[in-house]
Amino acid sequence: MHDTAHAGAHHAPTSFIRKHVFSLDHKVIGKQYYGLGLVAVFIGMVLSWLMRIHLAWTNAPIPGLHLLSSAGAPGDVMTPEYYLQVMTMHATFMVFFVLTVAPFAAFGNFFIPIHTGAEDMPFPHFNMMSFWTTFVAFCVMILSFFVADGPTLGGWTQYAPLSAVGKVAGPGQGAGVVIWATSIAIFCVGQLFGSLNFIPNILDLRCKGMSLWRLPLPTWAWFITSCMGLTSFSVLMPACILLILDHVAGTSFFVASNLVINDQLQPHSGGSTLLWQHLFWFFGHPEVYIAIVPGMGIVSHVLITSMRKPMLSHRVLVYSMGALAVLSYMVYGHHMFVSGMNPFSSVLFSFPTLMITIPSTIIVLIWIGSLYGAKIRITSASLFALGFISLFITGGVSGFFLAQPPIQILLHATYFVVAHFHFTMAIAAIFGIFSGTYFWFPKMWGRMMNETLGRIHFWCTFVGVYAIFMPMHYLGLAGNVRRYSSFAPDYMQPLVPVHQFITIAALFTGAVQLIFLYNFFYSKFKGPIAPENPWEATSLEWTIPSPPPHNNFGDVHPVVYHDPYQYGVESSTGDYLMQNSPEQLKSGVINDEP
Amino acid sequence: MAKLFAVTLLIIAIVSAIPIIRNTWHPMEDISAHGQAIDDQLSETMWEAGISFLASQIILAWFIWKFSGDRPGEKTQKKFPGGAKGLVIAAIVLVGIEVFALGIFGVKAWGAIYFTQPGPDALPIQVQAGQFAFYFRYPGPDGALGPIHADKISEGNQNFFGLDPANDVDSRDDIVTAEMAIPVNKEIRLLMHAKDVSHSFYVPALRIHQDFVPGLDLQLHFTATKVGRYEIVCSQLCGLGHYNMKAYLSVLSQQDYDDWLKKEAAMQ
Amino acid sequence: MATTIPAPPKVEPRRSPLPGSPGNGGFRNLVPSDGNLRAVRDHRPAPSKTGIWVVLAAISMSFAALTSALVVRQGASLDWHHLVLPRVLYFNTLLLLASSFTLELARRRVAAFMGGPRDASLNPSRWLYATSFLGLCFVAGQYAAWLQLRAEGLYLATNPNSSFFYVLTAIHALHVLGGLVGMAHVLRKLGQGSLRRSTLDSFSYYWHFMGILWVYLLLLLWIKL
Repeated sequence: MHDTAHAGAHHAPTSFIRKHVFSLDHKVIGKQYYGLGLVAVFIGMVLSWLMRIHLAWTNAPIPGLHLLSSAGAPGDVMTPEYYLQVMTMHATFMVFFVLTVAPFAAFGNFFIPIHTGAEDMPFPHFNMMSFWTTFVAFCVMILSFFVADGPTLGGWTQYAPLSAVGKVAGPGQGAGVVIWATSIAIFCVGQLFGSLNFIPNILDLRCKGMSLWRLPLPTWAWFITSCMGLTSFSVLMPACILLILDHVAGTSFFVASNLVINDQLQPHSGGSTLLWQHLFWFFGHPEVYIAIVPGMGIVSHVLITSMRKPMLSHRVLVYSMGALAVLSYMVYGHHMFVSGMNPFSSVLFSFPTLMITIPSTIIVLIWIGSLYGAKIRITSASLFALGFISLFITGGVSGFFLAQPPIQILLHATYFVVAHFHFTMAIAAIFGIFSGTYFWFPKMWGRMMNETLGRIHFWCTFVGVYAIFMPMHYLGLAGNVRRYSSFAPDYMQPLVPVHQFITIAALFTGAVQLIFLYNFFYSKFKGPIAPENPWEATSLEWTIPSPPPHNNFGDVHPVVYHDPYQYGVESSTGDYLMQNSPEQLKSGVINDEP
Repeated sequence: MAKLFAVTLLIIAIVSAIPIIRNTWHPMEDISAHGQAIDDQLSETMWEAGISFLASQIILAWFIWKFSGDRPGEKTQKKFPGGAKGLVIAAIVLVGIEVFALGIFGVKAWGAIYFTQPGPDALPIQVQAGQFAFYFRYPGPDGALGPIHADKISEGNQNFFGLDPANDVDSRDDIVTAEMAIPVNKEIRLLMHAKDVSHSFYVPALRIHQDFVPGLDLQLHFTATKVGRYEIVCSQLCGLGHYNMKAYLSVLSQQDYDDWLKKEAAMQ
Repeated sequence: MATTIPAPPKVEPRRSPLPGSPGNGGFRNLVPSDGNLRAVRDHRPAPSKTGIWVVLAAISMSFAALTSALVVRQGASLDWHHLVLPRVLYFNTLLLLASSFTLELARRRVAAFMGGPRDASLNPSRWLYATSFLGLCFVAGQYAAWLQLRAEGLYLATNPNSSFFYVLTAIHALHVLGGLVGMAHVLRKLGQGSLRRSTLDSFSYYWHFMGILWVYLLLLLWIKL
């Protein structure tokens, strides 16, 4: 009776509010997420500048800082507690509101229905709620800058009991923690609404001819990421609720007995300190894969178009990303090797952690192996994609050290860890976002970005991030502990010049991002109009106008005839064949189906 | 531009490797009895990681150099010899063996600290971590540490451990200090107690790194093999004073240690 | 090795797929020879069927996390005080299981109601209202259980057992209330005559899951607390 083909279909909106604010259109929602990510990354970056300046020149006043917080920076000199508060907010904004939002929610929302050949997501109302819920979470987190004591200072990991005992533990540990936990709980709900749309779209709304193996790699990556998000955010949310209860309701989930803070015996009793860590890291480890897997999909997609040949094996890449996702649940204890949990558990966790090297290596080898014999076209997008490979290799190699408990005795909680996660998450994932942006900007906003500015952006950023984060490995080896607002121990004094070098590199690289911002906004309004298929690419998004109409494919449902990566063939259009083209090639041959 | 990228990549890889090769920044000299296995593990990992890092960055750079731009003569594109299957097998076998071996050897290094018991002659010392200082307690001549009364802990009264010597006999001769001293070549049994929030006991030279867990008293054992003055630093975020939370560890000859302990006892 | 693409099979334009058959949609790669795509009806599985499993998976993970929190907390300290479950809980269980039963009655009737002549006596909405009512009674009964614990002096923070009791029952009750919102949606669609089979099925999976989850929680509370 009913036409399931129109699941999710709705009439084109007319009012400004329905078109641009409370929109049911997945494309608008995707762009809204992207905008949110852009604001969040700017906030996170500025916070990182404040951190780096303080670390390099601890007692120097930072002009104007007292305007941000008069208590945190009297006379414009950052207090130790304010450093930690800035650090916590930096990490929180980056991990949640940039790395989960931009590569996953933003691009995923925009392109999954298009890649699957659907008109929209299956539950557009829930999809709209997903963005606005995330937006509310963002606003709540911003609110923590405006409460009396400022934001929480416990790190994005919010270890109990520091996070659970309340104001008595120090500045920021009062309302700041409750705001943080509330914001994150709301964020989890928003992401679950997102997974609720992504998974049924990919499984149920594919167009004719679109078997699962014919989906482009980013969509596979988003599918795997949605499954991870589903099962990890749903664990973080109850953990945050329990934390809030410990904080405001006097329960003792995480706070042990007989704790004395500021000479006051705490009323809690019997709680388990390690319970928070187990719950948090069960979420936390899949979360870092949520941050990187979409980037892997995006980079693969851009690389294929740029190389003019498909990957050596589509299936191996998908299986490897899936293996990463599955293994990510078994490794979380590697954040807790010296936490006081049973040392035998540390050994148990170290083996899957070491094993996870294998799918990561396979993915990198497939990328490099696919470059063999390619005809790489250099564009801003492909430069960032190639840079991603280099950065992911570096980040992965440092992970190799951290996977082993005896080595963590030396390197736990040092700058080596900071280097590792920044390489994998902060730079590789960000490069994935940049690559996707340069690649898909024409499709999303209908105009071309400036290629010259893009290349300048790439060069400065690529060299800059290596300059910032490579020295942190050495600092870690030398025993430089992390989360220090300044370096009091004697043995760390000789390391301060290295920190100054890093800070200068960070400020330079940060300034360069303004080139990207300028390019982005200028091109959005004044860039040259984009053709339908500027990159001579083959997947479905390049068969529709730039930007796409409201129902993506117009009145015609797309039909696809092969996988989305027919490159290096001889067709009427050139060396590529669109996925929805039934054309019989002159040579009669197409590349193998995955 | 591709060639420029390849060269840049090469330079970055080599420049990154130089400080490692020259050992410019390295862990502190090991002064522990158990640390050799850890250092061997680190060294082995550094070799394997270093070779993987350099090889992959160099090959990446080489492929970008060689395979960029159009080559109109080539009709069909070459496939990497062995294809995906070869690479997958290489990854599983080579990386698998490598990580498995490191994992197995690592158990020995880890077990030296965690799966062995201290000897009966080990010297017990209690360390308490609280915002933002470490305090140490020695059992005194009776060899026993008195109980901690949380309600009696008071920084104001300098009763850091909440001792009640009036009612607890064992507490009467306990020696509380702000610095830790141990005799060289003597096994130490470290009793770790957290006063308020999570902290960590990190002495890089001693190859010891262990978090304090509020509500759970942990025990570690180690032996220092070289006289000297070292720092114990907190490495688990504990609040605004985290950066400044440290104590000195002096490893002394037996004679010097006895003298020190007598002096500390007199100051109680 | 590269392969030749076979010519697409021809489809007679006049033959239309039987309703309910897989037809030419989903992941088949047939195309009508005259290129008239509109002649071929798409049949895709209803996404709400997948969507509801996504929701149930997330809820399961949340309660799994809370279960493990309970187990770990119990082992962390010796302050576990046995908590006698208020008797009204058992009555509430019956209410919730009864509501699943009434929901199934409603489901059986909907197909007959939607497809054929509208006989008001067969209107399934009364059974749906009954389900909602039982659901509301369940939540009210849970509230009664909390009042009873309060009367015994057991508040949220009194001891870990009471903490987990309140947290688990409250979060479950909130999800039941969420289910009632879903029920309102189903009733509205039924009233408009546009209720899809898949919507009703998905909703009933959710509602039955609430019942199963409650039985699990009751067992957990009974054994552990």
